[in-house]
Amino acid sequence: MSKTRASGRTVGGLRSLSLQAPAVTLLLLWMLIPLGMTVWFSLQRYNLLMPGMEGFAGLENYEFLFTDPALWRAMGNTLLLVGSVLAITVVGGVLLAVLFQQEFPGRGIARVLAISPFFVMPTVSALVWKNMMMHPSNGVLAWLAGVFGLPAVDWFSSLPLTSIIIIVAWQWLPFALLILLTAMQSLDEDQVEAARMDGAGPLAIFFYITLPHLKRAISVVIMIEMIFLLTIFAEIYVTTSGGPGLATTNLAFLIYIQALLDFDVGLASAGGVVAIILANIVAIFLVRLVARNLES
Amino acid sequence: MTTLKTKQAIPAEGHLATTPASEARARHTPLVPSAGARRVWLTLLGWGIALLIFFPILWMVLTGFKSEAEAIADPSLIFTPTLESYVAVQARADYFKFALNSVVVAFGSTLLALAIAIPSAYAMAFLPTRRTKGTLLWMLSTKMLPPVGVLVPIYLIFRDFGLLDTRTGLIIVYTLMNLPIVVWMLYTFFKDLPRDILEAGRMDGASTFQEVVYLLLPLTLPGIASTGLLSVILSWNEAFWSLNLTSSNAAPLTAYIASFSSPEGLFWAKLSAASTMAIAPILVFGWLTQKQMVRGLTFGAVK
Repeated sequence: MSKTRASGRTVGGLRSLSLQAPAVTLLLLWMLIPLGMTVWFSLQRYNLLMPGMEGFAGLENYEFLFTDPALWRAMGNTLLLVGSVLAITVVGGVLLAVLFQQEFPGRGIARVLAISPFFVMPTVSALVWKNMMMHPSNGVLAWLAGVFGLPAVDWFSSLPLTSIIIIVAWQWLPFALLILLTAMQSLDEDQVEAARMDGAGPLAIFFYITLPHLKRAISVVIMIEMIFLLTIFAEIYVTTSGGPGLATTNLAFLIYIQALLDFDVGLASAGGVVAIILANIVAIFLVRLVARNLES
Repeated sequence: MTTLKTKQAIPAEGHLATTPASEARARHTPLVPSAGARRVWLTLLGWGIALLIFFPILWMVLTGFKSEAEAIADPSLIFTPTLESYVAVQARADYFKFALNSVVVAFGSTLLALAIAIPSAYAMAFLPTRRTKGTLLWMLSTKMLPPVGVLVPIYLIFRDFGLLDTRTGLIIVYTLMNLPIVVWMLYTFFKDLPRDILEAGRMDGASTFQEVVYLLLPLTLPGIASTGLLSVILSWNEAFWSLNLTSSNAAPLTAYIASFSSPEGLFWAKLSAASTMAIAPILVFGWLTQKQMVRGLTFGAVK
């Protein structure tokens, strides 16, 4: 009996391995080949506009990159963008989830409306915000400011990064809401009722029952959003093209400028390596977070 | 803050997409004196915030039915609806070419990703080894690599293999891009299936292939469908690779819409009409599948 089970396990392991092979192999290739090439190019002098100049550059590209203030600016912008959007969407998402969990007429439709922006493609939402909402003379926000007798704000030139943060947060707040609202539904009603009987106020219930209950859902939201926020591109491409100056250039956009506009493959690859290292630092933290979620 | 002070019980069974009628029928808890007023405030707040969040989309749809002059005039809800922008957009013959590219690429990559991911997720769910959890986490971590980090090599490989600006190229990239999330979601759905059912099939002499095709797939179809739909949504809305790897032949709707960021795109009514057409199918997809998607996305941790 024990013998068959043991051999069954080996066969199962083999079968398991062969079934997983296609997905695993493809992802390995997808990861390793470009990664290897990126590291290799980053050590080369390789500009598509200067053929014949190719050669081994050593750490020249990195030296140039790290002494270029643009890199630090872009890194700062990346972290600021990710951090702000995460803060807004998580805090806002929790508050909205509490609101939309209450009973009121038409709640179902209100929920669907509130989560809709998540399904809108980033290029469209960026264009709608840029033109119809934030346009300094004809936008809805400018009109609103006028109604209240305030001067219109030229969003993309005076508050460029804030504008991008608003647009991105608008797209991801509904996602946080969607996940957190689902989590709210497994909240133990009896527990809340018991706490209320014991004289707990709404704030106490929120901080001691609701919030701890949402902990895992919040970590899922943070993880998934980070994956996408670290690589924000379309919103910047469509609205500010990284400007004015470098005000809205994140790491993704900086490499894009170097690679496809300056045709400097070597430098762009060095930027890519830096982006990968940054992402890995974040990933280590995130994988721990998910691993804990997987355990229970 | 009003929301936190409410005395109404939190309903145990919430539905994201219930109709007003079923809401009205929902059971009411005994009302405390000021509950009526609270309810009014709640309704106002809930609807107010929902409409505020939805406003840009609503505005875009409305603008699509305005004339260009009305589109840039002071905001107004009163206007004579016209289809002239839609007609104008349609006259730009290439709209359907872009749309077709989007459909082919989004569905092609999704089917391919499902075909590769199903065996893998099956193995992880029903034949787990010590390394399964690690493999799953590693797959997810590949998703955290920024695409820009590998843009240059992919661009050069695509150039050398003639894949630049082809649908095949985009399908390959999107398949690989979504594979980790597809495996992850399928794994979650498969794991929920009682193992006995598959055991029974095996006792009856079903091969692995038969087991998957005749038992696993029909039983987990809703899960597979919502996984597929999320993959379609992500591919449909993806902009980084589509903007960088395509120029005209294979350019999907994301690139088409981005072309409106040029000065020519200052025709807001036409931009709105085109945008509405670009997002409408995916928005409806999203509305229909939101609940199931959440379950798959969260390892079932959040039910």
